[in-house]
Order: sequence, then C-alpha cells, then structure tokens
Amino acid sequence: MNEKCMMKKSIDSICFSILETELFLDTHPRDQKALHMLREYRRRKREAIAAYEAKFGKYIVTTDDVPASDRWCWIDSPWPWERQV
Amino acid sequence: MWKYEKKLQYPVNIKNPNPKYAKIIISQYGGPDGELGASMRYLTQRYGMPYNEVKGILTDVGTEELAHLEMICAMVYQLTRNLTPEQIKASGFDTYFVDHTASVYPVAASGLPWRAEYIQSKGDIIADLHEDLGAEQKARVTYDNLIRLIDDPDILDPLKFLRQREIVHYQRFGDAKHTHSNRFIYKVHNQKKGLSKHGSPLCFYSSSLL
Repeated sequence: MNEKCMMKKSIDSICFSILETELFLDTHPRDQKALHMLREYRRRKREAIAAYEAKFGKYIVTTDDVPASDRWCWIDSPWPWERQV
Repeated sequence: MWKYEKKLQYPVNIKNPNPKYAKIIISQYGGPDGELGASMRYLTQRYGMPYNEVKGILTDVGTEELAHLEMICAMVYQLTRNLTPEQIKASGFDTYFVDHTASVYPVAASGLPWRAEYIQSKGDIIADLHEDLGAEQKARVTYDNLIRLIDDPDILDPLKFLRQREIVHYQRFGDAKHTHSNRFIYKVHNQKKGLSKHGSPLCFYSSSLL
C-alpha cells in the first residue's frame, strides 16, 4: 500500500471512530469520556486531512468546494461504487 | 435533509466478477432483512418516537444503513462487470439479467422485489425497538449465510465489516430500550408518589396519546 492509500485509510478509520462515538452519544448524551473522545477524534481528523491535502490534493470532492478550474469537478470519476484500480 | 459524501463507508474493491455471488449478495439490498429495508424502517419509525435519544439513534443508524446499501450495490455492480452471455447463462444470472441487464434493482436472492411489508412503523416505542433489535439480528444471520457461501477474500472483507455493524446497531438499540425502561420506572415511581397526572402506562409509550 502506497503512502497516499495509507493516509486515506488512516482518515477513514478516524471517521469511523467519530461515527461510532456519535452513535454511542445518542443514547449516552452526558457521557463526558465519550464527549472528550469525540473532540479528540475530530481534532485528529482535521489534522490528518490537512496533512493528506498538503501532499495529494482534495481528500474527497464536495459540492461546497469551489472548483479550481472552470468546470464542475463534482461529477468527475471515480464514483464510490467504481473499482479503484 | 441529507448531504452526500462521495465515498464508501468501507472500501469495496472486487477484482473478479462473479454473477453467481452478485445474485445472492443483492438480497442484502432488496431482501427481507436487507439494508434498504433497514434504512427505511429506522428513518420512518422516527416520527412515532417520544424521546430524543431514540429519535437520534434511529436517524443516525438509518443514515448509516444508507451507506451500507451503497456498499452492497457497489459489490453487486463490481461483480457484474464485463460478463459474457455464456457466463450469464452458466451462473444462473440470466433470470435477473433478462429484466434488469446489469443494473442494480432491489430484489431478494429468490428474485422477489423489495416490499414495504418487510418493515413496520407501529408508533409504539416498545414494539418498534423490539422489531429493530430483531431486524439487526436477522441481517447479521443473512451476512453469516453469505460468508458461509462465498470464498473470495475481496468480497468477504466488506461483508465481515457489515456483519459487525449489525452487532453494534443491536447494542445501540438495546441502549435505547434501556433509556426507555429507565424513564418508565422513573415515571411509575413518580406516579406512585402522586407526582404525575398521567394515568395509564399506555399514555407513556406514545407522546401523541397524551
């Protein structure tokens, strides 16, 4: 696995930790340890995405992104269901 | 509203197309215990729920199920690329192909299209959460069965991830049920002490009856 894939995988795993913590907080909204973990994961996500984007460009294109060129790059391949070769 | 993130929750990258596997995996999209039913069940039940904890978990799990539905569709899509007519006939995929070509359509492995009868929205927190707990276990068993029938590691990896999610969702719905039970005990306690004017526990189950 190359560095780009490794960094992407690391962001995805932090995103997964965030999702898990959010689900837990739905039924434990006053759990201070979980709230602390959520803040920590979100900080790590910001840092990991910044590090990735400094090296490789956008982590994922969103519709909020101002197109760098004169075209709407939201529609560009690959779409998520397409095999990443 | 929802906002689309242009990525899968967990990667699906299947090297070898296999229409036979596609035909059974599609059950986790449009089958009786599939992800389409799961997302519709939870997102629909939200409106009958009296507590914010339960509205929250149904919203977030229902949303995650949409991401799972997308993973299942990605698997079916990748398993049905570049097929020859011979492969389609030999694999038994021809009975699906004749109606849908290689597009994705919500059916069970048996070919039965998705039906709204697969889900319930009863407007009662106990009835609905018990259905949700059962639904997660049935989906888990369906993943168990797929894992028994499939031997390609590229397919097994995302299937195992999805199987684990069923278990986590079961835990979270269990927590939601406990949240309710605790409130119920508190309420009965208050009623005994004459602190509440609400009469029967029935009123407690559904806020709309109060």
